[in-house]
Amino acid sequence: MRARAGTVSVPVVEPKLRIRRDRPARASGAPSAAQLWLESRMIISVASGKGGTGKTLVATNLALSLKDRFKVQLLDCDVEEPNAHIFLNPQITRSEAVCIPVPVVDEEKCTHCRRCAEACAYKAIAVLKKKVLVFPQLCHGCGACSYLCPDHAISEQGKEIGVVELGQADGVDFVHGRLTIGEAMAPPVIRGVKQHIDPRKVAIIDVSPGTSCPVVEAVRGSDFCLLVTEPTPFGLNDLVLAVEMIRKMSIPCGVVINRAGVGDGKVEEYCSRENIPVLLTIPLDARIAGIYSRGQVLIEGMPEWRRRFLDLFDLIREKHTRVKEKAS
Amino acid sequence: MKEVVVLSGKGGTGKTSLVGCFAALASSKVLADCDVDAADLHLLLRPSVKEKKEFWSGQTALIDEKLCTQCGMCETVCRFNAVKDFVVNALACEGCAFCVHVCPEHCIIMKERMAGHWFVSETRHGPLVHAQLGIAEENSGKLVTVVRNYARILAKRENLPYIIIDGPPGLGCPVISSLSGVNLALLVTEPTLSGIHDLERIIGLCQHFDVPAMVCINKCDINEENSRRIAEQCKAQGIEVAAQIPFDTSVVEALIKGLSVVEYSHNGVARQIGALWETVLNRLEGRA
Repeated sequence: MRARAGTVSVPVVEPKLRIRRDRPARASGAPSAAQLWLESRMIISVASGKGGTGKTLVATNLALSLKDRFKVQLLDCDVEEPNAHIFLNPQITRSEAVCIPVPVVDEEKCTHCRRCAEACAYKAIAVLKKKVLVFPQLCHGCGACSYLCPDHAISEQGKEIGVVELGQADGVDFVHGRLTIGEAMAPPVIRGVKQHIDPRKVAIIDVSPGTSCPVVEAVRGSDFCLLVTEPTPFGLNDLVLAVEMIRKMSIPCGVVINRAGVGDGKVEEYCSRENIPVLLTIPLDARIAGIYSRGQVLIEGMPEWRRRFLDLFDLIREKHTRVKEKAS
Repeated sequence: MKEVVVLSGKGGTGKTSLVGCFAALASSKVLADCDVDAADLHLLLRPSVKEKKEFWSGQTALIDEKLCTQCGMCETVCRFNAVKDFVVNALACEGCAFCVHVCPEHCIIMKERMAGHWFVSETRHGPLVHAQLGIAEENSGKLVTVVRNYARILAKRENLPYIIIDGPPGLGCPVISSLSGVNLALLVTEPTLSGIHDLERIIGLCQHFDVPAMVCINKCDINEENSRRIAEQCKAQGIEVAAQIPFDTSVVEALIKGLSVVEYSHNGVARQIGALWETVLNRLEGRA
């Protein structure tokens, strides 16, 4: 059995590791650094139904604001159009190919019994009288054909569909994935990125737009999901879809409204009606748009924003703690 | 019949706002919204739905717990981590049915899944085919194909010469399904480094599938230097920059009223979009 490409290490806070609040604090009264990171480590995903609302802006600035207080990872799971690297300029130190296993048929051993073709749910393998045809672009790499072949005539070969790159960016651990142009399946590359989640760190995940399988794959296992939107009818329509998705996945969420000032007040009305907290509002501001357009980091161009992103994290942590307490 | 798709790679560059304008400007056409997991074009076109159809696609494994002996074989073979504690997580299941084939108790069945809906509608600007993928569903590429196929049938039947497609963001399966076999791709970008990066990749995708492309730089005044850079890069690759449209709040003002900007205003932006549609039309007809 091959190592599972799909394994996503979702960090579980082991009860024995959790700092109990009733334990007497250190002599100084202040929590130790170890205590702080143990309490704060979590996975925060940054998603949005609509594209171009500012996910990458929020994810990168949140990561950089936190790096002095915690060990932080930024994982760019928008593998179709990854952009976080533009703002973080990471030093890439490692690169891994993402492959999906596709079948290779040994015609010598094959008796053309058709078992593989019957088993394949994706019609990626067809058996003719004297030949077997494999269509790698249809294959999902489930492995059923090779396992079920009674003649052991099918082996698997990795087909590269993308790459995962790892590195350091100014004190932040950086991981991103890139789907090869022309390949259709993003989820295996997203799983490849998420394999590198370090449970000892605060992991921030930048997600692709939408509400379908790549988004679900990226958000799954998060402790909290930030939904970035803009106060326009498009922003609202897609926020409603994103909230439905997050609720289906039972992940607590909060909203960031970007470009406040453009549009109308309907997003805020919706959030208050649905009891979804608006955790941060970023105004429509030519200075912010200019900083972003040049690939610069907001908290460097306008340092007053660092405080706001730290406040955002504190709000998320507060909500996260409340959810955990409710659950226990 | 000619098909033009509006794509961008990066989300939020203005695809839908432009398609809404083209809907108002073009005379005889079918409109197709292929952003099936976050469709927005209906907000501009306010369609009246004539037909609503179910989209059945793929299957999900289901374990009969009464017959299950908890041998764990299903969990062992599943490469998508979709089985946990002898229950299938429908969100993770890819529908491969590997578990069905290996279950010694034969207690796993595959259940068809209804993955969304698609609609045939009438709008003030003509027929619209659109869809809504079920929340957190897969197979968005197949739903895009369903929408495009029906748009073609409609165009043929009604004798409409053009299909205008609003595409999804990204590069993956729904984008590939939206792009394949069209006559022209209009790529909308913005002069940010993210926009430039994503434009390069979507141009690569058009080249990969051998689809002619032209570029529109939207919000061109938020960074004029970047706009110049995009124009130079496009020129170097032989790709026409068909328009450079400045940022204008009237686009959102129109949207709030459920209108495209060309219906709402006669300002500079509206006129430029009008000229852009002429350019697209000329290109489609080989009059460039």
